[in-house]
Parts: sequence; C-alpha cells; structure tokens
Amino acid sequence: MNDSRNEAPAPSRRVSGIGRLLIAVYGVLALAATGRSFVQIASEFEDAPLAYSLSAIAAVVYIVATIALIKRSARWYRIAWITISFELVGVLVVGTLSLVDPALFQHKTVWSVFGQGYGFVPLVLPLLGMWWLARHPVSAETSRRTIRSGRA
Amino acid sequence: MIEWFTWLQLAIAVPGGLLCVILGLVGRKPTDLTMGATALVELLLIVQLAAAIAAPLAGNNATGSLLEFYTYLVSAILLPVAAGFWALVERSRWSTVILGLTSLSVAIMLYRMNQIWNVQGS
Repeated sequence: MNDSRNEAPAPSRRVSGIGRLLIAVYGVLALAATGRSFVQIASEFEDAPLAYSLSAIAAVVYIVATIALIKRSARWYRIAWITISFELVGVLVVGTLSLVDPALFQHKTVWSVFGQGYGFVPLVLPLLGMWWLARHPVSAETSRRTIRSGRA
Repeated sequence: MIEWFTWLQLAIAVPGGLLCVILGLVGRKPTDLTMGATALVELLLIVQLAAAIAAPLAGNNATGSLLEFYTYLVSAILLPVAAGFWALVERSRWSTVILGLTSLSVAIMLYRMNQIWNVQGS
C-alpha cells in the first residue's frame, strides 16, 4: 500500500538459497584456475605461451564471474551473463579443439577436454550459472529500489 | 610431506565433507559438529604445512614441483577459513553444504599434493 515503506520481499541484492552454493563453487574454481595459471606462468611460460595465457584469462574471468554473482545489481547482472557466456564458449571451443587437434593444446588448461582435469565442473558450471541467472533476473528498477531502501 | 599423515587427512576430510554436505542438504544450519569438522581439516593442513617445511631437513624431498605443491597447500589452507567465515555470517543450510564442499575440495587438493610430492618426479 504505502510506497515509501517498501517492505515487500522484492528480489533482493542478497543472493539467497542455492545461489550461494553456485557462488561458492565459482569461488573454488576461480581459486583453482588462478593457482594453476600462476604455477604455469611462473615456472614454464615459454613452453606454451598460448595455452598458459588462456589459463590466465580463464582464471580472471572466473574471478570476475564470482564477483558478478555476489553483487546483485543491473550492471553486475550483465557482467555475470557476459563472463559466464565467455566461459561456456571457452570450454566448448577449447574442449573441442583439444580433442580434434591435440597438438594445439598439449599443455593443460582448465578447459582442455571440456574441463576433464576438474571433473567437468567447468562445463557444467556455466550452464548452472545461466539457469540461475535466468531464474533470478535483476532489472535496473529492482536494483535502484534496493539501493534506495538500504545497502548502497 | 608425510605420506601416512596425508592419508589420515583424507580419512578425515572426505567423511567430514560428505557429512557436512548431507547435513546441509537435510536442512541443518552450521553447528559445532560441522564447524568443528572443518576446523579439524584446517588444523591438519597447518600441521601439514609445518611438516612440508621440515621434511626436506630430514631428507624427505619433494619429487615434483615445489612451487606447484605450495600453491596447492596455500590455496587449501585458505578454503576452510573462507567457508568458516561464511558459515558464521550466513547461518543457513547452504553454509553447511559449503563447509562440506570445502573439505571435499581440500581432499582433492591433498591427493594432488601427494602426487606432486611422492609420484610426479620419480
């Protein structure tokens, strides 16, 4: 009734329910990808600059995606879609190439053979992420409203 | 890295992690039991860190890449701390699941660390 007393449990900026699990798994994968690419670049970058640069990019994208899932605003929602789509394309393209032309990706990346080295989590996670984002949209309107009504 | 100690860690982290995942899915909020299991995993990781630093002095050297080994170990040490803070801030069932997933991730990392130390280079 009263607009100024905005008590409705509108889509909040706090991520709830199973979304937290998604964030946690993204966080762990971001850590794993970062750790691996750190080791690869620090110890043997010359061996495979392409594969290892790709590992580093993947790691950064996973970190950004994790942050984007935590921050529920219209802008971060868009960033979440972009980064998660990038991951899906990455794992599909690199996964396919690593099978079709193994010579191209002799050195492991997080996406080789569709993320086999990580229990195929890199393949499944973007799909779960997209499903979750589609189910929990954040419009510019909801994010403005929640900013006005509390946590800025 | 001491091999039997690593197996002991796995024997605690895997059942402990599964227990937390199951209790979380059943709907339990973080309790002393689930937080304690995670804390135990963390404590053993700290002991493992001390052991890894001391082992070469006793002639027990890593066969594989030390850099890779310590990247895993440091990452593994960070995980239960992060999940524990999360569980303190968000007292929900999902925090319990996350505690469990953390212990299982640590178990996988320990397995890899064992390979690096004992198998990789030999």
